[in-house]
Amino acid sequence: MTKLTYIAFDGTRFDVEAENGSTVMENAIRNAVPGIEAECGGACACATCHVYVDEAWTEKVGEPEAMEEDMLDFAYDVRPNSRLSCQIKVRDELDGLVVSVPERQG
Amino acid sequence: MSAVTKTDVLIVGAGPVGLFAVFELGLFDMKCHLIDILDRPGGQCAELYPEKPIYDIPALPSVGAQELVDRLMEQIAPFKPEFTFNRMVSGLERLEDGTFRVTTDENEVFEAKVVVIAAGGGSFQPKRPPIPGIEAFEGKSVFYSVRRMEEFRGHDLVIVGGGDSALDWTINLQPVAKSVTLVHRRPEFRAAPDSVNKMYAMQEMKQLEFLVGQVAGVKGSDGHLESATIKGPDGDIEVACTRMLPFFGLTMKLGPIAEWGLNLHENLIPVDTEKFETSVPGIFAVGDINWYPGKLKLILSGFHEVALMAQAAKKIVSPGERIVFQYTTSSTSLQKKLGVA
Repeated sequence: MTKLTYIAFDGTRFDVEAENGSTVMENAIRNAVPGIEAECGGACACATCHVYVDEAWTEKVGEPEAMEEDMLDFAYDVRPNSRLSCQIKVRDELDGLVVSVPERQG
Repeated sequence: MSAVTKTDVLIVGAGPVGLFAVFELGLFDMKCHLIDILDRPGGQCAELYPEKPIYDIPALPSVGAQELVDRLMEQIAPFKPEFTFNRMVSGLERLEDGTFRVTTDENEVFEAKVVVIAAGGGSFQPKRPPIPGIEAFEGKSVFYSVRRMEEFRGHDLVIVGGGDSALDWTINLQPVAKSVTLVHRRPEFRAAPDSVNKMYAMQEMKQLEFLVGQVAGVKGSDGHLESATIKGPDGDIEVACTRMLPFFGLTMKLGPIAEWGLNLHENLIPVDTEKFETSVPGIFAVGDINWYPGKLKLILSGFHEVALMAQAAKKIVSPGERIVFQYTTSSTSLQKKLGVA
């Protein structure tokens, strides 16, 4: 199991245990992290699972692919560390990953 | 009033469940007409994820969403369904003889004995961009589509987005508007490369301005836009403008169906699980748009729902006629309808 931490917009921390191979979005939904909507169910088709990757983790998490960049156009307050959480797969090297939820989804 | 299109069953929504409804209704000799806001059949499968595989359609271990739509179109072809695309249903009234009269946003008129709502997550409508306070300007100086180009003549126009709509309108409205500023959060575009090159060429000739950034706020009064705050890599810039066209993709909304007098449950339509009929007899709801205890938003659940719904619809379309339950495998009469016997 890999540890993930979500920080909701109001500052509440959610520490969860995630299975490798699942997505950061799926674990947010399973643990009822507020502010992650995931309207399209993980098809990279809606930009409502937008998160900010903690600066210490951006390198390990990596850059979005072209399709995800396109979808990020529809998100609110996109920053250099913005990712769609349905496109981040949990793996060993992300143990301890911290992501923050934006003020609102698009 | 324009000419009335009459049919047995009017289906609102041409997604996978609406399409399969044609099959089940067709087996009982009911003629169907489908209305959809998109320009082609398939609903979310075609619009949101055509390339994605679906793994939970029985007997198809993996099927692309568009492929599923294509196969459904093939499966229902023997029943010759009719389609009206690019339209949203708006009004509904009940005539004295029980027939439903449904109108569209372009004032077409349909009459049917049965209405089946297979509208999925609702109709696809332009997404409101995440700009605080933008609601106050909508319809007066902020528009999500261009109905008449004249609306923009002589205006300082800001277009937001990086897809084909944003680029096409930047290019086409440039000769009409007083000034055009295109705002997109990055220098890469989703739009066709041809349009992007053309836009850059026009920028070179100082016919328009392209800013990298995101709209962080809008200012003005009484719905009249005066300026937009663009948050760019070098800080905030204030751009004077009197019209804005944000293109932020599509979202799904229940739309005018909400005004049809049906009972609703959090934007879903409650139905019974015997006939999938709504609170109004003769109006059914199937697929993602309906709600009942235990509901799962799965395509396969929708397929089951339309089979049961078709039995109930038949009793309304052909009252008094006996309904015989038959298998397509062994019934020659069903096979004739399918054109295989």
